[in-house]
Formats: sequence, structure tokens, C-alpha cells
Amino acid sequence: MKKRRMSDQKRTALSAYLFISPFYILFAIFGLFPMIFSFYLSFFRWDGLTPMEYVGFSNFEFIFSDPAFFSSIKNTFLIGIMGTLPQIIVALFLAFALNSQLVRFRNSFRTLVFLPYITSIVAVAIIFGVIFNNQPFGFANYVLSFFDIGPIRWNAEYWPVKIAIASMVFWRWVGYNTIIFLAGMQSIPKDLYEAAKIDGATILQQIRHITIPMLRPVIMFVVFTATIGSLQLFTEPLIFLGRGLREEGITVVAYLWRDAFVYNSFGSASAAAIVLFFIIIVLTTINFLITSRIGKSKKVG
Amino acid sequence: MAKKEVGASKLSPKKMLVYLFLTLGSITSLFPFYYMLVMATRQNREINQVPPPFTPGSDLVSNFQKVLDNIDFFGAIWNTFFVASSVTIGTLFLCSLAGYTFSKLEFKGKTILFTMILVTMMVPPQLGLIPQYYIITTLGWLNDFRAIIIPGLINAFGIFWMRQYMKESVPYEIIESAKIDGCSNFRIYWNIVVPMCLPAFATLGIIVFMHVWNDFLWPLVVLRDPSVHTIQVALRALNDARLLDYGMIMSGTFWATVPLIVVFLLFNRLFIESLSEGAVKS
Repeated sequence: MKKRRMSDQKRTALSAYLFISPFYILFAIFGLFPMIFSFYLSFFRWDGLTPMEYVGFSNFEFIFSDPAFFSSIKNTFLIGIMGTLPQIIVALFLAFALNSQLVRFRNSFRTLVFLPYITSIVAVAIIFGVIFNNQPFGFANYVLSFFDIGPIRWNAEYWPVKIAIASMVFWRWVGYNTIIFLAGMQSIPKDLYEAAKIDGATILQQIRHITIPMLRPVIMFVVFTATIGSLQLFTEPLIFLGRGLREEGITVVAYLWRDAFVYNSFGSASAAAIVLFFIIIVLTTINFLITSRIGKSKKVG
Repeated sequence: MAKKEVGASKLSPKKMLVYLFLTLGSITSLFPFYYMLVMATRQNREINQVPPPFTPGSDLVSNFQKVLDNIDFFGAIWNTFFVASSVTIGTLFLCSLAGYTFSKLEFKGKTILFTMILVTMMVPPQLGLIPQYYIITTLGWLNDFRAIIIPGLINAFGIFWMRQYMKESVPYEIIESAKIDGCSNFRIYWNIVVPMCLPAFATLGIIVFMHVWNDFLWPLVVLRDPSVHTIQVALRALNDARLLDYGMIMSGTFWATVPLIVVFLLFNRLFIESLSEGAVKS
């Protein structure tokens, strides 16, 4: 009896390892190895065809002396903040409105608001490329002409480029975040709001004192994913600016893509990837620290 | 009396404000779609006028004909469908198998191995982009759907998701009794656990399928030849043409977006719930 049970256990363990092995094998080949190899590659000059040539830190020296690289970092942050901060605020209000018991057609509103999220980023960037056309017939310029502004060269000027790209990010993600917030709000007990209403709290007060504190973990999740998502911005600038990827709108991932697949400079592109990697680590750590601190203060309070 | 109350609350300024806000949000959501339809049905010279047209025209068919002249639209849709379905089926199988293993089987190193999977979720995929490309070329998978499908099968979130679901909804007693009946671990998974977890499959399937359908960067890098382009890469090629024919471009975008919208409207509730659930849980 005892012997059989042992072999049963062994058999279970064996099948367990077999069942989960595909993940680790695939991850080793397509995830872990490429990441490590990126570090290695950042010290070499390589065009993908001829033999690699060890060049020490010169790839890093190159990208750090390239104004376009600095622009790409700056753009990534600026567009990230411009796209996500208003988005999170508007999403909170939209979710709050959708959560209100008074509203009819909630499902229809929910569906409409969510619709942009299912659209591909390529499609979004193409549509917004037409809306933010440089010519007077572009929708944005046409509207601005009523205010005697413009026509603005949307894909060529410093702030207009960022506004256009940030608005694509805003439009596609605001509904998604609304739904996430809504899901979180629906788990908040209704009597809290009832009590607040009886005490005469305004909607803004309700949001500030009930919704936001109760929603903290969900807000953290949204901020976290939005941050990571902003750092990976690529499709919007590439489609909107075209292959040239003007300095006003290039992002870090777009920069490394152009270095690698347009200029065939795999070494410096890898160096850019490494810099991005460290930026992500720093931001993730900050995010974690803030999250855990808030968690702590919640326990104390 | 009650009727009067309902009527009164209908007019309350607070409620009006909420409706106004929601309506504004919905219009903002919808407008780009509408504008896309307008452009897709107009000739380029009509679009290039001031003021630009704001109502649909009559060139829906001729614009689409131009799209077909420029890219293999239906081929690209088929490629995308094929790739997305393959990844979805493969991912569902591997993730559910791993989720079953982590939720129901006992083995050494389980906690560490599972933590490793969670850690991999933190790593942005773009970091290894160049070596990944190199691996694909070495394997000879450039312009080959395997380049999308095989790496696409790794999905840490999927394993996490399946494990959570199975932990909650597959009672241990059922597995125990199947074991006593002499079922192998795989048979327990295939005949008992999978049928019990179909909602989790549907949810994860939707998320994965949509993700692959909309993916752009990786297909752009490894699917160079137009014959293997996915619809996103094909749309980009259309948009990158030297002479910008907005009517044609928007027609391509329009027809590439419509199927997604139709599918979305059909599975609307499942769709939204699955995404919000997935996000709130993780």
C-alpha cells in the first residue's frame, strides 16, 4: 500500500512537471534568453548580417549623445502624462455616473463608452491622423478655425504632436478604465452612499470621501497599467508620424524600433532597450513603494 | 403620487448633469467612428475641401475597390483570423493545463515555480525585441505564422487566470474520486476539469483573441511579406502610401473595424465583464 502511494505521488509530480513545462521552455527561448541577450548585444556593433563587433559602452555613448533619444524619453513621459492623467480623472467621473442608480440606459452608455477599446490602435491612429490633419480641411483645424486659430501643423509642431498622440491614448483607454472603475465601484456597499446622502453630501464629496478611498486598490492597478502602457507607446507615433518618426513625437520603443529595423543598428537599439528596462524598473519600484505605503497607512488608520 | 415622484426626479438638475456627462462621453466615443464612415464614403477631393464633409457620401463601394487594388484585404483578414485562432486555442490548452496543475496537483517547488510565472508578467515584451527577431530569423520563421503563434503561446496571465478559476470552482472531492477510479491526471483534466471551466475558457479566449487580432509591433517586425501581413500591418501599409487617398484609407480602416464591432456587440456583456473581471482580479 505504502509503496503504491509513493509511486502515485511520483507519477503526479511527473505529470505536473510535464504539464507546466511548455511555459518554462517557451519563456526561456522567447522571453528570458532574448532579455539577457539584449544586455549582451548592447555592447556590440551589429547590423544583423555581418559578425558582431565588441564596442564596449559606445552604443550607450551614442544614444546618450543623440538628441532624438532624449526627445524620445521626454516625449514618452509627456505623452504618457498628458494621455493618462486626464483619462483616469474622466474615467472616474464616468464610472461614478454609470454607477448611479438614477440613470437609465446604463448598459447602452457602458457599451458606447467601451467601444473605442476594441478598436485596434492602428485604426485609432489612422482615424486620428485624419482628424488631426495639417490642412485646413482636417477636422481639428476646421473646428479651431471658428476660434481664429490655425491651421496647426499637427504632426510637426512640438505640443500639437503630443496633444494629438495623447488624445489617441485618451480616447482608446478612457472607456476601458471606466469599466474597471465601475467594476470596483459596484463592490462598494450602497448604504455608504445612502448615509452620505442623508448627511447632505454633494456628489463631489461622495466621490472624494467614499468612492476614491474605497477604490484605492483599483486606482493603483489602473495607474500601474497606464504607466507601463505609456512606456510602451509605439503604434500611435509610428502611424501618425510615418516612418520618419519626427523628433517631436518619437517615443522610446519607436526609437529602438527605428534603430533596429530601419537603420539596422541592432547594438544601439539594444542599448535603448536596456535604458527603457531601467526606467521601467525604477517606475515599478516607485509604484510598489507608494502602493505598499498606502496599504500600511490604511492598516494603521 | 409615486408617478409624480418619478416625474419630478426626472427633471432634477443633478440627474440632467449625469445624463449630459454620459451623453457627451458617448458622443466623444462614437464621433471618430462616424467620421471614419463619412470619410470612407467620400471621394478624396470632397474630403480635401473646407469645410470637410460631415455626412456620409456614396462612394463606399468604389473606395473599398481601391483598397482591394492596393492590399490583399481579405487575405490579411484571413491571416489575422488564422493566427489569432491558433494562438487562442493553443493558449487556452496550455494555460488551462498549467492552471489545473498549479491548482490541483501537488509537487515539489510548486510555489516557487508559480511565483516565477507571476514575475514574468512584469517584464515588458519589447525589451527582448531584437534578440527575439534574431531567434525567429535563425529558426527560419521570418514571414511564417509560426513566428507569431509559438511565442504567443506563453501567457502568464492566462495561467494565473485559469488557476484562480479552477481553485474556486472545481471541488477537490471530484478529483479525488476520479483518482480512486483510476483516472490519470490528464484524463481528470480533460474529462472533468475542462468541462467544468468553460466560462473561464470563454473569457480568456476573448481576451487572447482580441489581443492577437490587434497586435501590431511584433507582426510588423516578423511578417514582412505582404502575403503574410495581418490586417493591422496591411492597414499601416495602406496608410503609408505615397499619395494619401483618405477615402480609400478610411474605407480600409472602416471595413477592418466593422467585424470587431459586430462581434463586440454580439458578445457585449461577456466581453466587458471578462475584461473588467480579469483586471480587477489581477
